[in-house]
Amino acid sequence: MEINELMFVIIGAVIILFSIFTVTSRRILRAAAFLLFVLVATAGLYFWLEYQFLAAVQITLYAGGIVVLIIFSILLTSNVGEKIDKVETKKVIFSALAAIAGAILCITTILQQQFQATDALAQEVNMKVIGKSLLNYGENGYALPFEVISVLLLAAMVAAIVIAKKSKTS
Amino acid sequence: MLHGIRLEYFLILATLMFFVGVYGFLTRKNLITMLMSIELILNAVNINFVAFNKFLFPDKLEGHFFALIVIAVAAAEAAVAIAIIINIYRHFSNINVENVDEMKY
Repeated sequence: MEINELMFVIIGAVIILFSIFTVTSRRILRAAAFLLFVLVATAGLYFWLEYQFLAAVQITLYAGGIVVLIIFSILLTSNVGEKIDKVETKKVIFSALAAIAGAILCITTILQQQFQATDALAQEVNMKVIGKSLLNYGENGYALPFEVISVLLLAAMVAAIVIAKKSKTS
Repeated sequence: MLHGIRLEYFLILATLMFFVGVYGFLTRKNLITMLMSIELILNAVNINFVAFNKFLFPDKLEGHFFALIVIAVAAAEAAVAIAIIINIYRHFSNINVENVDEMKY
């Protein structure tokens, strides 16, 4: 087995294993730590695919931002030492059935689909290309989604502050 | 094929991660753990975008940029969701979905 294949297998195994731990762990802070491992392993997958910028964004935004936010809110709202109640067996069985049925359906569809391999030359993704694409509104430009996402981020920030601040009357 | 790994392997990995997230969303009752399941689902979709971009359209960057945008949307969503969760905690001293039913009827 080549080193690249081995890396993919290791990263994939880490992702699946820690995803399962994230949704089954009964200690909420540990679930957040497992989520962090999943997100870092995903960044590893992006490095494997040679999208360095995307991997850096994944680490700074997901692992650095969202997980810290989640851990903060856990510390604010939950008793960390306490274990979450066990889920009822009936619920576990039916949820697992739904998830497994969906996974089987999707995987069989994926395996039936013939993907056409391309011989197009891979474009080098460096900072110059990314910056030019994000601000370009012509061919291969992404100025519109970039602007939309900036407006969305502003709206989300305002909404989060308005919702979370204490009201004066209470 | 890229270094001996086929596109299907990436898609299967993302599918499994997606449905682990769905399972977590269905079984968890704590709002924060449900939010974590949603992050898993979004992450699985991102892997799909990036893998399709790399394997099928390596000369373009659509998947790359839409993965970036999904990450930004996930960050915005997490910020708003956590603001709502903290507000719910102030009202109910609890973030269990079954106890938060005051606005239900």
